[in-house]
Amino acid sequence: MFDATTPLMRRVREFWPLVNLCVGLLIITAIVVALDDRILARTLSEGLIRVVIVVALYMFIGNSGIMSFGHIGFMMVGAYATGWQTCCPYTRDMFMPGLPEYLLSNSHHFVLAIFLAGLLSAFVAFVAGIALMRLSGIAASIGTFAFLMIIYSVYLRWSTWTSGASSVIGLPQTTTPWVAYCYAVVTILAAFFYSRSKFGLALRASRDDEVAAKASGVNVIGQRLLAFVISAFFCGVAGGLFGHFLGMLTVDTFFLNLTLITLAMLVIGGMQSLSGAVVGVVVMTVVIDLLKNLESGMFGDDGFTLPSSSTWVVVGVVMMLIIIFRRSGITRNAELYWPFKGDITAEGALKRQS
Amino acid sequence: MEIVVQTIISSLSLGSFYALGALGIGLLFGVLRLINFAHGDFITVGGFSLIVPATAVVAVPLILDFHPVALIICVVGVVVVWALASYFMLFRHIQTAPPAVLMIASVALSFSIQNLIIMIYSGRPKAVGLWAELTGVIPLSDKVQVPILQLVIVAVTWILLILLTIFLRRTPIGVEMRAAAEDFRMARMLGVNATRVIALAFVISGALAGIMALMYHTQTGILNFRGGVFLMLYAFIATVIGGMGSLIGAVVGGYVVGIFSTVLIAVLPDGLRGFRDAFVFGLVVVILLARPQGLVPTRAFKERV
Repeated sequence: MFDATTPLMRRVREFWPLVNLCVGLLIITAIVVALDDRILARTLSEGLIRVVIVVALYMFIGNSGIMSFGHIGFMMVGAYATGWQTCCPYTRDMFMPGLPEYLLSNSHHFVLAIFLAGLLSAFVAFVAGIALMRLSGIAASIGTFAFLMIIYSVYLRWSTWTSGASSVIGLPQTTTPWVAYCYAVVTILAAFFYSRSKFGLALRASRDDEVAAKASGVNVIGQRLLAFVISAFFCGVAGGLFGHFLGMLTVDTFFLNLTLITLAMLVIGGMQSLSGAVVGVVVMTVVIDLLKNLESGMFGDDGFTLPSSSTWVVVGVVMMLIIIFRRSGITRNAELYWPFKGDITAEGALKRQS
Repeated sequence: MEIVVQTIISSLSLGSFYALGALGIGLLFGVLRLINFAHGDFITVGGFSLIVPATAVVAVPLILDFHPVALIICVVGVVVVWALASYFMLFRHIQTAPPAVLMIASVALSFSIQNLIIMIYSGRPKAVGLWAELTGVIPLSDKVQVPILQLVIVAVTWILLILLTIFLRRTPIGVEMRAAAEDFRMARMLGVNATRVIALAFVISGALAGIMALMYHTQTGILNFRGGVFLMLYAFIATVIGGMGSLIGAVVGGYVVGIFSTVLIAVLPDGLRGFRDAFVFGLVVVILLARPQGLVPTRAFKERV
């Protein structure tokens, strides 16, 4: 570990977490692709999509301090919106007969479709956010939860557009590891530069002390709304990617389980840092994959298998343990500056003072 | 006319049910600022305690075969033990954390319990015949028939409400609990034992969940690892609508939600009936915005500074 002494090095150090995260994911992706294992590649793609989701969650939750249970709703919006544009050109009118004429007869390239889906999610977030962002603290969390329930029950019943309780099958499976990697990097870049911008700074000020931030001229509702819209955009994108990863869409995919798993990753990694979001996903993806393999008895035939669902029990318990013993997560809410010296975290600064 | 009577009775019984759930959640919110997402899973646990833990498709009765009094005591006991364990192993260590942290911890607990149930009992729904004699109907007139169970639910709810009110108003520890719900810090300074009060809140909340488990599973006859979740969601809405932390509010909220959702089913046109949940949750957002303190406000909703 060394200090950044020259101005140039200090500049480099500022952006170093970004390099660490992107190169780290690049190495993982390259190794897995080189191994040419189909199952491992799928795990990797799923993990990279989760990076997009959790980093999007970090943009809002980490900077605003408001726990949101609603973001998986934006994923649902994004996933179905891409489905409307890319799914199954020959059977689309069978799954989703209520679509307008243009959507029934035209298909978009998946990159464009995912982008448009993200925009739709952002728009939904804007409309919902005008109301929800007025709330603070726990009322805001309840509000976002109610939002998830509303989206869920609407999509479940809106069967002419979403096929309702049955699934939409036949999305092209275009989310390869490299595609997912590109989206993950774009999301990380966006989160990094948003957090560094004056908007991110203002929002964090409102997180740490709402009254003081207001007194200093921060438009708290406006800043929250901005973060909400940006993170909803990326959640929508993640939804589109996930749809093109699974090849099918069901309403139940985007509900409480996914909400809990992604929040667990964010909490375990460290809610208030970008590195925490990414580290949480990487660590938990590895843990979940190992446990799942144990469940299905992949390691040897000596009869050691875990009962089904024990993976998720472990995930829940790990999350509770992290909340009890290390609430700032694995990264202690700090960014990864290695091999530079790390920041003085808020905790460290407090210790120094006393 | 028949439809009106029928609707009134079913909305009352549904409302009573939500009121009980809302009380269980509201009690904990009052003393701990905890929105307990695991409350529904306590109800599920109560149901599953009736049968022998096994992944087999056919359920083998365990507590189910007991004498009714023993059955009630055992199921309520099991749920109370779970509730107390969750306090001493989880929430006690984080009780000074911000409410959002408590909430997410309870979500993690709920997720763990659900998957633990799948692990032990498998994810398939199982049939249990609990108190089949209660599932009959009483004919009031030629056309109006009232399910016995609905009457039982209303009666049990009101007995519990009265008992709880007496407990909270007349016993020293009940008064301590109300004081803690009103202003926790002040109550502690005046000598209220925090651990005892909170643990007691968990006991009562667990007992309510146990009784709900019995009534709920008598009604459905099916054990499902996610059985309690939607029940909890509605009860949770009821606490928000009634006013977080207010016990009267929880009861009022329960009835409002029960009546609102039954009436919605009756009045919504066919095409929109499926969207009932969206309307109910929309009501939550409206209430949060227009009247964040709920219908029956207390000081509890203010976050501690």
